Amino acid sequence: MALSKDEVLAGLAEIVSEETDIDTAEVTLDKSFTDDLDIDSLSMMTIVTLAEEKFDVRIPDEKVKDLVTVGDAVDFIAAA
Amino acid sequence: MNVVVTGLGTTSPLGGDVASTWEAALAGRSGVRTLDNDWNEKYGVPVTFAGQLVVRPEEVLSRPETKRMDPSAQMAIVAAREAWADAGLDQVEVDHDRLGSIVSSGIGGVWTMLTAWDTVRDRGASRVLPLTVPMLMPNSPTAYVSLEFKARAGAHSPVSACASGAEAIGMGFEMIQSGRADVVICGGTEAAIHPLPISAFAAMQALSKRNDDPQGASRPYDVSRDGFVLGEGAGVLILESEEHAAARGARVYGRVAGVGMTADGHHIAAPEPNGAGQTRAMELSLERAGLTAADIVHVNAHATSTPVGDMIEARGIRGLLGAHADQVLLSATKSMTGHLLGGAGALESVFTVKALETRTAPPTINVTEPDPELQVDLVRDTPRALPEGDLAAINNSFGFGGHNVALVFTNS
Repeated sequence: MALSKDEVLAGLAEIVSEETDIDTAEVTLDKSFTDDLDIDSLSMMTIVTLAEEKFDVRIPDEKVKDLVTVGDAVDFIAAA
Repeated sequence: MNVVVTGLGTTSPLGGDVASTWEAALAGRSGVRTLDNDWNEKYGVPVTFAGQLVVRPEEVLSRPETKRMDPSAQMAIVAAREAWADAGLDQVEVDHDRLGSIVSSGIGGVWTMLTAWDTVRDRGASRVLPLTVPMLMPNSPTAYVSLEFKARAGAHSPVSACASGAEAIGMGFEMIQSGRADVVICGGTEAAIHPLPISAFAAMQALSKRNDDPQGASRPYDVSRDGFVLGEGAGVLILESEEHAAARGARVYGRVAGVGMTADGHHIAAPEPNGAGQTRAMELSLERAGLTAADIVHVNAHATSTPVGDMIEARGIRGLLGAHADQVLLSATKSMTGHLLGGAGALESVFTVKALETRTAPPTINVTEPDPELQVDLVRDTPRALPEGDLAAINNSFGFGGHNVALVFTNS
C-alpha cells in the first residue's frame, strides 16, 4: 500500500536525523540536501540506501542526482 | 631532541577515562566480565567472557559519529579527545601542518566488515552502506583522529598485531625527533570482541577458557595461566617536542626517552624461544635513551597470561637487567584489563606514564602461585611505591608476526 507524502516525509526525516543529528523538524520539503542540510554525497547515498530498505522502493543511482530537495525525494518515493 | 608526554586518554575495561581506569588499576579490580550474548549457544563460541568497556562509546558520542565510525575508531576518538584536552591543546592555537596522528589497530574494523558481509548474504549487495569501506579500513581510527584535530603533518597507522599501539607511540617519538612534527597524537585501539576473532584466537589455543571464573582468567606469571583474555578499548598519548611544550607552558608528565623495535624472523605466531628479538628491542630502547639497565625501576610487561610467552619475556628481562632485576618492580596490567591487542601497548603506556608520575607501580592480580622460574620482583595484588629521584621504566609489547617493541619512559 502506498504511503502518503506526510508518512514518507516523517520516515525520511528520521533517517536524515539519525545520519546527521539534524532535528527531524528541520527536514522539510523545501530543504536542499546539499545546500541546506549540508549532506555530502556519501551521506546522501547512505540515506538513499536506508530509504530503499525502509520504504521498500528502488531508487536508481542515476535518479539520485535529481533528488535535490527533500520534497523531490518524498515525491519519488511516494510515487514509486 | 627531547620528546615529552603532555596528554593522556583512554577508554578501557577499567573505566571511561584515565582517572577512573588508573584508580581501578591501583585497586586491583578486574575489568573482565561474562559476555551478555548468545554466541556460545548459537555458534559454539568456546570462550564466553572478555574485558569489556565500562563506558560504551555511544554513551559519549553523537549518533552520526557512532554510525560513521567503526567501534575501533569510536574508541580512538574518545581517548584522543580526552588526551587532547588533558594536554591543554584545546586552549591554544596549534600549527596543524606540524601536528601528526598515529593511531593503530591490530585488526581494524572487524565489526563493520563482518556486519556488512551479513548484509550482503542476508539482504543483498544493494543494502551495503556507502560508508562501509572508510569504516572497515585499518587506517580509519588514525584518519578520523586526523580529521577531528586537523592533523596535517601526516596520519599513519603501523599494523603489527599486539605491538601496534606501542609501535604507533614509537613512531610518534621518531616523527618528532626527525623534525616532521611538533605534536603527535598517538596510540592504539581495538574493538574485536566479535564471535569470529574469539573463535579464531581460541582455535590457536591462545585464549583462556575459564568460563566459570572470568575475573580470575587473566593471570600472567601464575603457574595455572592458560591463555589471554580478549579486551577492548583505546589508549592515546600526546607527544610533543620539549621546546614546543615549554613554549606554551604545558604540563609535562615525563618523556618518551627511547624506543627499540625489532622482528624475530622466526615464526608467524610463536615468539623466538630464547627471546632474543625481545631482548634486543629492550637493549635498543635503552641505548637510544642513553640509559643503562641499572636506571630502570619499573617494567610494564607484555605478559598476556599465555603459558609460553610470559616466561620468554620474563627471562629476557632478567637476562637484560641481571641482578638489578631484583630491584625492578614488574607489573602485568593485562591481569586486570585483558589484552587489548592493538590497543594494549598504548593503554600500558598510559599506565607506565602514570606509574612514574605517581611513583606507584600498579598491581598484577590473580597470581596465587608465581611461576617458579620468575626472577623479577612482581607487584602482586596491591600497588607498590617506586623510589624517589629520576625514574625510568620500560613498556614491552610483542605481536604475532614476531614484532617486538620496547618503549622507555622517564619522569624527567
